[in-house]
Amino acid sequence: MNISFLPENLIRIQGWPITNTLIMAWFAMTFLIVFSGFVTRRLREVPGKVQCLVEMFIEEMVSFMTTVTGDKEKTKRFFPLVATFFLFILISNWIGILPGVGSVGIKHQETIIPLMRSMNSDLNMTLALGIISVIAVQIFGITTVGFFKHASHFISFKSPINFFIGVLEIISEMAKVISFSFRLFGNIFAGEVLLASMFFLVPLFIPLPFLFLEIFVGFIQALVFSMLTLVFLTVATSKNH
Amino acid sequence: METEAVKALAAAIAIGLGAMMPGLGIGILAGKAMEAIGRNPEAAPKIQTAMILAIAFTEAIAIYALVIALIIKFT
Repeated sequence: MNISFLPENLIRIQGWPITNTLIMAWFAMTFLIVFSGFVTRRLREVPGKVQCLVEMFIEEMVSFMTTVTGDKEKTKRFFPLVATFFLFILISNWIGILPGVGSVGIKHQETIIPLMRSMNSDLNMTLALGIISVIAVQIFGITTVGFFKHASHFISFKSPINFFIGVLEIISEMAKVISFSFRLFGNIFAGEVLLASMFFLVPLFIPLPFLFLEIFVGFIQALVFSMLTLVFLTVATSKNH
Repeated sequence: METEAVKALAAAIAIGLGAMMPGLGIGILAGKAMEAIGRNPEAAPKIQTAMILAIAFTEAIAIYALVIALIIKFT
């Protein structure tokens, strides 16, 4: 059983390491891009089956986001970012459960290095997603309410208490990055370790409930990541903080 | 004691203690949500959404403990 905390380098291109999690990220990206290109190639007034599914998903997502933001205009502005987070994390979590991921590999000094590994079981990836989310919140806040109003949440000289609260807000932004990355990383990595252990102990039938759990956890983590980003976006762009 | 034994013990204690309070927190959250849904079944979707969000926050604390335990065990 090979459980390693860090992702394994497969090859190096011009000095850049290509890890097995990077390959899975490329698969998820390719799937999403090809699928959306295929669906939007010929949009019809009366939709066919696949276009109908996608429209259902978009409608559901927009209505869900509107319950959080409270305003359809805001939902339209935030939809690309939040829906991309949701779909990207969801697809990469789900293809990380497929057979062959984490088990098929190259033999290397008495252990097997898997050729593919779930993308979010790599702390680098989740840290990148967390940083993107927090920086996007700042950018949306600045472009919506103006630079000085947004900065006045963090640096304010109105009274000593407000100054202290501003410092706490800055620390809280750092904590959001850590929290986003470790929540996603911990859930997916622990799920991988759990599945590896279960398959190692009893390969038949017993891992089934754990596979269902991983499907469920993958969906919930994608939902939580995008919903939290949406909540922070809404708070940062609200006129009265 | 040898390093491997202490490592195993440390990992077990880290996750064992670290999962106690988040478990209690999630239980309290879900209980209050059930109560609220029972009193007002029409507001169930809103309550459910807020509950899932709050549960994700508390579960994150347990995940932090799990990550530390995994770091101790595997490096």
